[in-house]
Amino acid sequence: MLPTLNGRIQTRVVLLVVVGSLWTLLVTPVLPTGVGIGASYAATFSVLLVVTVLGVLWELVYHGIQQFRWEKDWPTLFGLVTMVPEGLLVWFLFAGGAIPWVGSLPGWAFVIHFVTTWMWVFLIANGPMRVPFVHWRFNGGRLV
Amino acid sequence: MSHPLAPPPPAAGDLSDRLVGTDVWTDGMLAEHGIPVVDVPFVTFGGGIGSFVTTDYLRICGVPTSAIRVLTPLDTPWQSYEYLTTVSQVPRGERLRSDSASCPDNIWGFPSYALREGLKGDLKQLWNVLVEPIWANYYTPRAGHAFVSMEAEMHRIRYPEMVVRGQVRMVRRRAGGGYFTVLTPPQGATSTRRIAYRSQWVHVAVGYPGLKFLDDLQDYRTLTNDYASVVNAYEPHEQVYEKLRAKPGVVLIRGGGIVASRVLQRLIDDRDRLRLDTQIVHLFRTYTDKPHGTGILKRRKGADGWAYQGFNYPKSVWGGQLKQQVRKSEGPERARLYKEMGGTNTPIRHNWQEQLSRGRAQGWYRVMVGQIDRMTKTGELVEVAVNSDQGPQLGSFDAVIDCTGLEADIREHRVLADLLDHSGAGRNPVGRLDVERSFEVRGTRSGNGRIYASGSATLGGYFPGVDTFLGLQIAAQEIADDLHAQGFGSKLGPGRSTSQWWKWARGKQI
Repeated sequence: MLPTLNGRIQTRVVLLVVVGSLWTLLVTPVLPTGVGIGASYAATFSVLLVVTVLGVLWELVYHGIQQFRWEKDWPTLFGLVTMVPEGLLVWFLFAGGAIPWVGSLPGWAFVIHFVTTWMWVFLIANGPMRVPFVHWRFNGGRLV
Repeated sequence: MSHPLAPPPPAAGDLSDRLVGTDVWTDGMLAEHGIPVVDVPFVTFGGGIGSFVTTDYLRICGVPTSAIRVLTPLDTPWQSYEYLTTVSQVPRGERLRSDSASCPDNIWGFPSYALREGLKGDLKQLWNVLVEPIWANYYTPRAGHAFVSMEAEMHRIRYPEMVVRGQVRMVRRRAGGGYFTVLTPPQGATSTRRIAYRSQWVHVAVGYPGLKFLDDLQDYRTLTNDYASVVNAYEPHEQVYEKLRAKPGVVLIRGGGIVASRVLQRLIDDRDRLRLDTQIVHLFRTYTDKPHGTGILKRRKGADGWAYQGFNYPKSVWGGQLKQQVRKSEGPERARLYKEMGGTNTPIRHNWQEQLSRGRAQGWYRVMVGQIDRMTKTGELVEVAVNSDQGPQLGSFDAVIDCTGLEADIREHRVLADLLDHSGAGRNPVGRLDVERSFEVRGTRSGNGRIYASGSATLGGYFPGVDTFLGLQIAAQEIADDLHAQGFGSKLGPGRSTSQWWKWARGKQI
């Protein structure tokens, strides 16, 4: 991908809000959360919210790293492997009780939800996104 | 009896000196000259890939075929391009230097070429685009893949219905607005020598103004009349490979770009396949031995003489940071940015690296740094005097292949020269045709009419990667958006874009 900082942030927020929410809505009932459906949704949407908010900060870091690349591009694989540090940070926040309104979140439920959501966002950003938004890839990932 | 030196009277329906000397034409002038006038809102000429992708975009934006005419001497949009890639050793089966998502047959770049190959079972290509450029060389499509898919799109958008054969002689502003584009149809095809297309919009996509041969190459040819031993790589030069096949020989390669890489590959492939003993001397004018650039944040890879880069510009000129940066730049600042990211370069490809390191180790590939001073013919050989970094050198070669690929000045193209001289067009900071961000040719507006240009002639503008598949599509998008703002064509918003993509995916003709 060839993002600008503004484009990175816009793409991240829009994809997590639209694709992430839809997927979270669908997948949450089948996650092994061990709690009721209401508490499950509260937990998974909290994960989504934290990933989105922290993601904006992560994008600043990625943008900084991108400056060291001659091409000023962001290789496709980077968009996949950044799942690891981001996922770990979010997990530590939840497991460490830093998100007070979420009681407990079993590890497997988190992993399944986080990884599948990330994969949807990654796959859509690397192709189908261009179908409705034909200007998007030429505008550094900006939508507005 | 007329004087033998007097110019012949203009034939019916032809130009006259008076018309050629007049900047702005009236409808009456053309009537007086008997030149038939055809009305159409949008004319694109050149008829190569630039005209094709622009037409594709407009058709997808809902412009009917009746509103577009493509004036061209070409049989197909890729004819010139294929000629150049073939002679420069990229036949249909070889891979181009182009990104997976730069698809002239598909404005969305989805599914990309690699995905299409993956869907046909070649999963290696999908893996490649996932891990490139860190753990694999950039994926690039086969030339044949690009041509075959363009052919399908050509029929899908009913492109042949819009094509008018002939050579465009000039574009002139029309009194009252719009333009006349003068076409010279093939001899005998029409009753008049010329036809004028009267349109509100004109799109100029004439490709490379011409190939510029270096002075030493031209001097050699003038002196010796030998066109076979010293060649430019963009000329047909199969005879060189045949000569080296007939008997062992020494060949001099000049240049550090993709064409030099590809010619070296052909020489070494032949050497390996036919067990030849071809010796190669490679002359670099600038030898790059390490990463280079203007600072730690602008450092391009380099080694063994070559500057390495995936595509002909840093990738983000086609959509990211560099595109944005250049778009905001003017004058000398823009020229500086172009210089910073310019310079001859070639992609890293594992097979090329392997071949050249083997050649270096075995001694049949040697490198020199310097410039050719002169070339002379001695018997069957070409004697080349080089001013090298080691002092003057003299060598004899069976052939010299010049891979420097210099482009001629835009004035070398008759229509572009005419635009400069008669229609108010000017030059940009790097000397080519000055265009706006919308690819409108600055200074050429005529009433409610606009002239647009895309491709190589516009290099140096607000967008750098113009002479590439994706660059032509980016220009097409800017032009289509600008035309839509003037009421021509529909807006390509998410709804229309998605429905049109679905038609593309089903191969449905529009």
